Amino acid sequence: MSVGTERETWVGQAVLRLEDEALLRGEGRFIDDLDPVPNAYHAAILRSPFAHARIRSIDASAALELPGVVGVLTGAEVAAMSHPFPVGVENAPASYCCASELTRYYGEPVALAVARDRYVAEDAVELISVDWEPLAAVVDAVTAAETDALVSDRSFSYGDVDTAFASADVVVADRFRFPRWSCNPLECYGVVADWTGDSLTAWANFQGPFTLHSVAAAALGLPGSKLRLITPPDSGGSFGTKAAVYTYVVLMALASKKLGVPVRWTEDRLEHLAAAGSATARVTDLAAAFAADGELLALRYDVIEDVGAYVRAPEPATLYRMHGSLSGAYRVRNVAVRNRVVVTNRPPTSLNRGFGGPQMYFALERTMEIAAGRLGIDPAELRRRNLVRDFPHRTPSGGLYDSGDYEACLDDALELARYEERRAEQAAAREEGRLVGIGVACVVEPSISNMGYITLAQTSDERTAQLPKSGNAEGATIAINPIGGVTVRISTTPQGQGHRTAAAQVAADALGVAPEQIDVLTDVDTSTSAWTVASGNYSSRFSGVGAGAVHKAATKLATKLRAIAAPQLGAEPDEVELRDGKAWANDESVSLRRLAGAAHWNPDSLPRGVEPGLHETAFDAAPNLEPPDADDRVASSAAHGFLADVAVVEVERDTGAVRVLEYVTVHDAGRLLNPLLVEGQVRGGFAHGAGVALFERIVHDDEGNLLTGTFMDYLCPTAPDLPPLTMGHRETPSPFTTLGSKGLGEGTTMSAPVAIANAVADALGVQALEVPLTPGRVWELLR
Amino acid sequence: MTHLELTVNGRRYREEVEPRLLLSDFLRHTLGLTGTHVGCEHGVCGACTVHVDGLATRSCLTLAVQVDGAEVETVEGLTRDGALTALQQAFHEHGALQCGFCTPGMLMAAADLLARGRPTREEIVDMLSGQICRCTGYEPIVRAIEQAAAS
Repeated sequence: MSVGTERETWVGQAVLRLEDEALLRGEGRFIDDLDPVPNAYHAAILRSPFAHARIRSIDASAALELPGVVGVLTGAEVAAMSHPFPVGVENAPASYCCASELTRYYGEPVALAVARDRYVAEDAVELISVDWEPLAAVVDAVTAAETDALVSDRSFSYGDVDTAFASADVVVADRFRFPRWSCNPLECYGVVADWTGDSLTAWANFQGPFTLHSVAAAALGLPGSKLRLITPPDSGGSFGTKAAVYTYVVLMALASKKLGVPVRWTEDRLEHLAAAGSATARVTDLAAAFAADGELLALRYDVIEDVGAYVRAPEPATLYRMHGSLSGAYRVRNVAVRNRVVVTNRPPTSLNRGFGGPQMYFALERTMEIAAGRLGIDPAELRRRNLVRDFPHRTPSGGLYDSGDYEACLDDALELARYEERRAEQAAAREEGRLVGIGVACVVEPSISNMGYITLAQTSDERTAQLPKSGNAEGATIAINPIGGVTVRISTTPQGQGHRTAAAQVAADALGVAPEQIDVLTDVDTSTSAWTVASGNYSSRFSGVGAGAVHKAATKLATKLRAIAAPQLGAEPDEVELRDGKAWANDESVSLRRLAGAAHWNPDSLPRGVEPGLHETAFDAAPNLEPPDADDRVASSAAHGFLADVAVVEVERDTGAVRVLEYVTVHDAGRLLNPLLVEGQVRGGFAHGAGVALFERIVHDDEGNLLTGTFMDYLCPTAPDLPPLTMGHRETPSPFTTLGSKGLGEGTTMSAPVAIANAVADALGVQALEVPLTPGRVWELLR
Repeated sequence: MTHLELTVNGRRYREEVEPRLLLSDFLRHTLGLTGTHVGCEHGVCGACTVHVDGLATRSCLTLAVQVDGAEVETVEGLTRDGALTALQQAFHEHGALQCGFCTPGMLMAAADLLARGRPTREEIVDMLSGQICRCTGYEPIVRAIEQAAAS
């Protein structure tokens, strides 16, 4: 009776997406398409034109006289009406959704105007006059680390790092910078806030509720039950970015509360580029100790993380997300890290695809490539000698790698890339004076975050004074209506990944119906959905606990259906099989519709002990995610996929342009729920990774002024910019997730920046380089 | 206010609009045709692409009053006969959409290209340099348009 043992399952098939039809017809329902409450007024935000300035005074009188304007909300009122956002480190500056006396980044909200439409609201914003006193700005993280802008400084050491370095034959050390960039989903932020009585209802294309529902409620001084947060059915991409919508939920809530009307706001692209959540910029000094045979003996990281003007929850999580994976894909037993968090006069950072992975692997995998050159060992071979081989594998910093065959994946990647031939071709190309390079990266991709890892920003003593945090759980609900229709409701707030389709496949297997017969609701309502503080869309958690919760809820419902069907079929419940929309036993069948009818219309007919109704909720939790221990070890994620990538590039001498000739990526993400969705995630993750390798970064000048304020300056790759991508897969099921599946949406975003950088370094014969490898930068390296 | 008469997806509309109203906002908020999406409002991303008198046009860079007397087609108009077009079906089969936000603009830009004859792969890729997608990495979109071009 268990799923998948006797018949083909829907899980694993490339089922075409159930989401597509409405989206292709222009019938998607995104936040700006909704009028969830009548007569909402439109907000426009006045933003700081300085990276650091004192606000001497604000005069909104002219704005208030404009016809169509309902009112204005200033930062001073925000400060009086709300509390600072709770934050995970102690020395951070107090952070509100709007600046009052001091503005700390270009684009920071300082006031907003509410009017009958957006056009009038923007007119009103132009009529608000501010008396500014510009102040000196700090934009360089290394400089900031020497001042009181250093808000967290923690050091960790696992194994015996000093002894390992002392015994090393070769030590490689360098500084690696990773830029601030943003996934820039094509749909920007959107909020509709309706404050009535003592409670708030807010619609937002948020990707929570996550821990951030609690953060928003705390800022508003509301118990969680009084903050009803609802997400729309469709969301136009996020990649983490939309976690930061919560600050605007608070801002619009306060405007609604003050003015007594529902308030809506849709962010425009200029606002998004200026002030939305982005990835952290990171400076990493990494030293690696090797034996002469290539054995990696020890790693010593010294990291400075620029989180922008405020430490906004869940930061400084970017710094700790990879903590259990500081050793990467390697068996190394001695690892030390110093983590410093600094605030600068740049916008606060947030979730962004890869979340700490691109930053960490850029340092680690550049180091492996540099070390290979120093040791005289082929870069792929050096990695092979150090790859983790036995599972489960406990890393020095506490990570627990669940499963995999890393060496086989690397072999696959080298074969698909024709690595040996490519090396020969490269040598021939060099003879002709062409600059061809090959780069490798091996990456462990964590998924399903331990909600407790962020407490590593505190000391062990500080942690023991608080409620321990651990685990990662998700809920799902499934119901069958009186005429047999199946509805699943999930709380993973998909933003393009196809959760609706995958959830339908999982439920279809349990209930013996086809996926297209199942409706999956993805809009989350914190008053009615099954959710926990972990719920939402981040750390590639859907295929693990999201799908797991659907499986568990559907299995509960299937068990009940068997119990109802059994007496009708003259069988025991465990002899009943659900397939083709019917319950079967003894070659007899009864339809799902009829069983549903009994449960709803005729509860008197149900077997003893079976409750009426067909409505089940279940939660799935990933195991092994304990709170950090007294020695600061943490299993920071539940599942770990693996990628081996090979990039081949050619650099144009005359222009510095980098052309990626081929890119190969081989993944092992456990059991694949739907290969079509998998391909989409790998391609999309690669596009973001290649984007930051070659084009994308957010630039501020020395005074903190934004230089990448439009899509003409912040370059998203378009179709001609991306190289051909060759994908390979292995499937080593995870023993730790309910369906054996692992996350895979972030891996190539972690690997591609460094694989391409390694290839360019190889082509140019240089060691020091930074991404994005724009033609200007590469041309400088060529000189 | 300015008087405006136009045809959208075959239906006649008469409206009074402010001269500064963008075509994208007119379609979305005045007519309720929310299939047309706004991704950047400065003409780079292409999500807002519609057809004006048969020509692919950025509705975020066009004022509503500029299309007085014109025939406008939006994504909603592609399925006037009920069924998905071969282009839409190809997008579905190739996984050419994920979040679906850029999709209406992709479809309208591709439909314009396909109306001009059978494009080569290079021509498809070149056309797509004016349309941003942040989810798919473009290859599935290229394949979908190739399939539609062949059908």
